[in-house]
Amino acid sequence: MSTLMIAAIFFALSCYALALAVSLFRLFHGPAAQDRIQALDYMYINGMLMILVLGLRYTSDVFFEAALLVALFGFVGSSAMAKFLLRGEIIE
Amino acid sequence: MSSSGLVPLWVQIPAALLLVSSGLLALTGAVGVLRLKDFFQRMHPPALGATLGTWCACAASMIYLSATGSQPVIHTWLIPIFLALTMPVTTLLLARAALFRRRQAGANVPPPQSRGTGSRRTAHAAGSIIVDPGDDLP
Repeated sequence: MSTLMIAAIFFALSCYALALAVSLFRLFHGPAAQDRIQALDYMYINGMLMILVLGLRYTSDVFFEAALLVALFGFVGSSAMAKFLLRGEIIE
Repeated sequence: MSSSGLVPLWVQIPAALLLVSSGLLALTGAVGVLRLKDFFQRMHPPALGATLGTWCACAASMIYLSATGSQPVIHTWLIPIFLALTMPVTTLLLARAALFRRRQAGANVPPPQSRGTGSRRTAHAAGSIIVDPGDDLP
């Protein structure tokens, strides 16, 4: 892999890590529960992007499936927590 | 991999640009999540990373992996399609939850509309104070 691609991947991974840290701050300091849920949802997306770019770095297909699973579980978790805020229970 | 040294420069430059823009977009969304004041303002910036950031990263992955391998790799598009299907659902549920909680707290938010289409409970009168989804909360 060339130096250009390695530098671009390093920059993208640094940006994702910084975004994860910023979202983690909002997750800890969110004034209400919905802020925390939203920060966790954005952290799921950033982690998924990080796994995707790592799969590009190591040229492997396993990372793609892991990224797809992270996106799926992020959706399930966030919608379940939002549903809990809305109704007080998840499965009715 | 074995053939990764053979990727031409006109493939590497768009892939690198897409990766850099994806990282910047995700970071912009995170800064928006941190800096904006209200929850309903903060609902908007994550869409930046969820749509354009993911599209750029997946396009870079597709371009580069198609250039390294012997055949085009397009299954990475499953992730943006999946996110485009699921992100509006999460956003709508969170918005309804936030609106409901603010009405419970007595904040200055728009009142519930009269129950017309698609509501689960239609027994309340049109001007009722009781919000639709919350009257069986513990």
